[in-house]
Amino acid sequence: MAAPSSGPPGAIAALVPLGLLAFWWAATRNAPDGLIPQPQQVASELLDLAGITHSGDAFNGVLWANLLASASRVFAGFAVSALLGLPLGLMIGQIGLVRRLLDSTLQLLRPVPVTAWQPLFLILFGLGSQSAMLLVALGCFYPILLNTILGVRSVEPRLLEAAAMLGVSRPAMFPKVVLPSAMPGIFTGLRLGLGFAWVVIVVGEMSGIRTGLGAMIMDAREESRTDVVIGGMIAIGLAGFVCDIAVQAIGRRLLRWSPQHGGKA
Amino acid sequence: MTSRPILEVAALHKRFATAGGEVEALRNVGLTMRRGEFVCLIGASGCGKSTLLRIIGGFETASEGRITMDGAPVVGPGPERGMVFQDYGLFPWLSVRENIAFGPAARGIGRVKRGEIAERFIAMIGLTRFADAYPHQLSGGMKQRVAIARVLANDAALILMDEPFGALDAMTREHLQSELLSLWASSGLSVIFVTHAIEEAILLADRIVVMSPGPGRITAEIAVDLARPRDITSAPFNALRREVSALLGAHGGNG
Ligand SMILES: Nc1ncnc2c1ncn2[C@@H]1O[C@H](COP(=O)(O)OP(=O)(O)OP(=O)(O)O)[C@@H](O)[C@H]1O
Ligand SMILES: [Mg+2]
Repeated sequence: MAAPSSGPPGAIAALVPLGLLAFWWAATRNAPDGLIPQPQQVASELLDLAGITHSGDAFNGVLWANLLASASRVFAGFAVSALLGLPLGLMIGQIGLVRRLLDSTLQLLRPVPVTAWQPLFLILFGLGSQSAMLLVALGCFYPILLNTILGVRSVEPRLLEAAAMLGVSRPAMFPKVVLPSAMPGIFTGLRLGLGFAWVVIVVGEMSGIRTGLGAMIMDAREESRTDVVIGGMIAIGLAGFVCDIAVQAIGRRLLRWSPQHGGKA
Repeated sequence: MTSRPILEVAALHKRFATAGGEVEALRNVGLTMRRGEFVCLIGASGCGKSTLLRIIGGFETASEGRITMDGAPVVGPGPERGMVFQDYGLFPWLSVRENIAFGPAARGIGRVKRGEIAERFIAMIGLTRFADAYPHQLSGGMKQRVAIARVLANDAALILMDEPFGALDAMTREHLQSELLSLWASSGLSVIFVTHAIEEAILLADRIVVMSPGPGRITAEIAVDLARPRDITSAPFNALRREVSALLGAHGGNG
């Protein structure tokens, strides 16, 4: 209500994508058979991938099954990560002993990128869905964990004083004050985590897996179908984008009280 | 007939250990308040007003000395001593109604009963239209009204206010001063009110306690016997203003 007016995002947000599209079109205009396909070629390939048109080639209509495979790994991995990261983050944030116990270990493991874990996961969990899913879980673990810790640690001391003064006992402080004030941080972690899950899933699906958008892109690369590669990239971008919009809508609802979340994004 | 004082502070000392050595924030402070009294603490910056208030509130412990409220030693924060902070300290995730009902809920009062309590105090501070608004949607004056209602709804007998109106504009400040006074007059509350403003102290207080820094201590007490409501332009008001000003200047310790 009191948030500074930021205007409807619609029109202005479309400017940069349209500009990129125009640039792409202009750069490939005179080369219909060049290395990079033209936007209209990719657009028609996307329709074909989605099964709306029927070219009858190997990639006709495969989009949905692959999207479903990727999405289910994304959500499963995200759920595993949230189930571990949230309670662990709450404990590390709240309990000094747990923090001292785990902090250096976590900081030591954090710089290791998921791509470096991938071979190990393939050895441990085999080729297949499970490895990709766990890779996703690992990928969103740190954003969720660190933002949860930060949320818990940044509770205003003033609010703890106010609650104590109003009669909140020490054990009740966590559910009554710490948890609600950590919610924006937790929410930011979940949002970043889910966004990152879509990045990681493609990495996870690039070896040893037959299904998923990442696998689809790898297949297309083998067959030099750059239009499918780019179509797959666009599909991943859109999937992540739609997820983020949904998460933000949930956030606006749950965090109505927070000027950073409840107002306009 | 002489009723027991609501608050007794005796031989209170407070030292803070800091990196640069020990800071003596309070030296031998004594203060006795009768029930229903309105006391203003005034003094230069750093003379320990907030420290004293926070010790009475139970947020800090004294290095030496004794504090009793209604005869019982103060050992920590509690609902009978309601604190009103300059920065409000409202829970941002709770609506006005929920902020006011927070204390009663924390003390285990049932949903229906605390709903009634909240309604009553929302009406009292005139925020019925904003009952479901969140703190970030309120003006500073409204927030401070909610903060006051919150401690009253929790049955505070002594209200501790640390420069509660210091962040508000002059007009809002005047409104809240008169609202606080009528509330106090109709309720039998006891109030300790920290301020930098001489006029505010004379307008509000039954008694003004003057503090000085280095180390923080009480250097004078002035009973304000002016009839209420007080006229800030009257001759006796101005005489008192000069008196307090002189006391602050004399003991102020510049820096
Ligand atoms: N937590 C603390 N640790 C160390 N020193 C402190 C602490 N709190 C207060 N002090 C010191 O105690 C003295 C009194 O501080 P206090 O905040 O009570 O003064 P004040 O009268 O409220 O000042 P102001 O009018 O500026 O609010 C100051 O010298 C201050 O630096
Ligand atoms: Mg102070």
